[in-house]
Amino acid sequence: MFKWLEKNLPKIVMAPAVGLIGWFVYGFVLWTLYISFTNSKILPKYELWGFGQYEKLWASRKWLIAVDNLLIFTALFLIFCVVIGIILAIFLDQKIRAEGLLRTIYLYPMALSFIVTGTAWKWILNPTLGIQKMFRDWGFENFTFDWLVDREMAIYTIVIAGVWQSAGFVMALFLAGLRSVEDEIVKAAKIDGASLFTVYWKILLPMMRPVFFTSFVILVHISIKSYDLIVALTQGGPGISTTMPALYMTQTAFHKSQVGLSAASAMMMFMAVAAVIIPYLYSELRRENAR
Amino acid sequence: MQDSFKSSSYQQLEQKSKYTNMFLRWFLYFILILFASYFIFPLYVMVVTSLKTMEEIRQGTLLSWPSGLNLESWAVAWGGRGYGAGDTFLRPYFWNSIKMVVPAVFFSTFIGAMTGYVLTKWRFKGDQWVFLFLLFGCFIPFQAILLPMARTLGVLGISNSVIGLVLVHTVYGIPFTTLFFRNYYISVPTELVKAARIDGAGFFKIFFKILLPISAPIIVVTVIWQFTQIWNDFLFGSTFSFGEAAPIQVALNNMVLSSTSVKEYNVDMASAIIAGIPTLIVYVLAGKYFIRGLTSGAVKG
Repeated sequence: MFKWLEKNLPKIVMAPAVGLIGWFVYGFVLWTLYISFTNSKILPKYELWGFGQYEKLWASRKWLIAVDNLLIFTALFLIFCVVIGIILAIFLDQKIRAEGLLRTIYLYPMALSFIVTGTAWKWILNPTLGIQKMFRDWGFENFTFDWLVDREMAIYTIVIAGVWQSAGFVMALFLAGLRSVEDEIVKAAKIDGASLFTVYWKILLPMMRPVFFTSFVILVHISIKSYDLIVALTQGGPGISTTMPALYMTQTAFHKSQVGLSAASAMMMFMAVAAVIIPYLYSELRRENAR
Repeated sequence: MQDSFKSSSYQQLEQKSKYTNMFLRWFLYFILILFASYFIFPLYVMVVTSLKTMEEIRQGTLLSWPSGLNLESWAVAWGGRGYGAGDTFLRPYFWNSIKMVVPAVFFSTFIGAMTGYVLTKWRFKGDQWVFLFLLFGCFIPFQAILLPMARTLGVLGISNSVIGLVLVHTVYGIPFTTLFFRNYYISVPTELVKAARIDGAGFFKIFFKILLPISAPIIVVTVIWQFTQIWNDFLFGSTFSFGEAAPIQVALNNMVLSSTSVKEYNVDMASAIIAGIPTLIVYVLAGKYFIRGLTSGAVKG
């Protein structure tokens, strides 16, 4: 008995972690998947109902708006984060004074919660006392910046705050990537007469392919799950104009008590994430095995 | 003749490139500082707004300097105005968050260290699959587990409590802590462990005598990562815990949304800073470890 215990001790130590993840991740996802095929309202029902919830979901105007917003947000969020992140990383890589301080400033938003930063942006962007008033007080009397309360434009305020929060992170990834390149490569190119611009554009940036890939995966992941920022900044409004899938899911589940429908929306999010993550994991594993 | 012409034009060129270089250098700093101001702007606005009176806020602009060190809105944000109903303030929720974050960070870090240790030093058949199995938990969008989690917490009788949140954060922290420790221990030479085993050291002795003493860096990375994630969490907090047991982020959001009468932006900003200051301090003090965690654990549900 003691011998057996000793021999299997490592597995016994692993068991709680595996059990917890098995139950709380895999079991729960499967449960959600099952419920998405039922006609559950406030309480879960267990008789199958087919794809009804998914049909309902894709017929819902609010969900379509949420998906639309997600696409707009993801595209802009990706472009701006990556462009700003690369510019900052390359500029910081030029033996800059006070680099440490600048890096700290660029990255500190990542240490704050979206609720904290959302609260700050909401105050800055509000038309009565925020930026709009600031410019008007400075003499630009017709200056208007009321995106936060404009149905058409409110989604872009979420982009502004989201980019502000995450661009520094992309900077950190690219800076680490650039620093890991051998100096010799850059030196050799410079001796051959390549300008600094050519060195970056033709040599270094193409070498950063894995970093692009990682940033892409991380940013898309952040944007699919974005929830806190919207709650803090717009609560999905004005109206439902800034609803996103994560917000739709919780509202449908906990305010509207449409458990089956919200499970269907959760599974759509799950699949979207899987579509991005599985190729990523696959390529990462292949890289690790190749080493 | 031709030679001297050549060299003077070369000099000119060099002179010119010196100027271009200097110009580029200035341009570089200009852009860097421009972005720095964009990043610092909201923090600056938060701090100065929290120090103003409402009157000053209406009179001045976002950027204008406060007339003095007016800490009243901080006092209100932290301890309330002192009248009964409807007086929400952050102090109790701050303690809720502490009570939630300390055990959750401890348990998830401990479990992660153990699984990371087994996965690298006591390898068994199929351990790679077990790692992958755990790793997948890093990536799921939490919306896919919210509904069953809410029911489970209800069945266990710990919904709407700090204990419930400790459980949730511990469980969903395990994939990350495992990832951190596994990637760290994999670079520790296995010979050390083998030698100790030959000397008769057991499973736990090897862990506590050999692995743990050299684990300080990864423990710091993991603790900072978990602390930041759990302190800043809003989704779990707002779904599983409201009212009395809410963590600080939920309380902050309620406070900002629920001001019934006049909007008090100075109190809002003071509250936001209070809710953000613990993670900000950790970031400033241990930025290096924070970034290490960030770049290795960033794909987060």
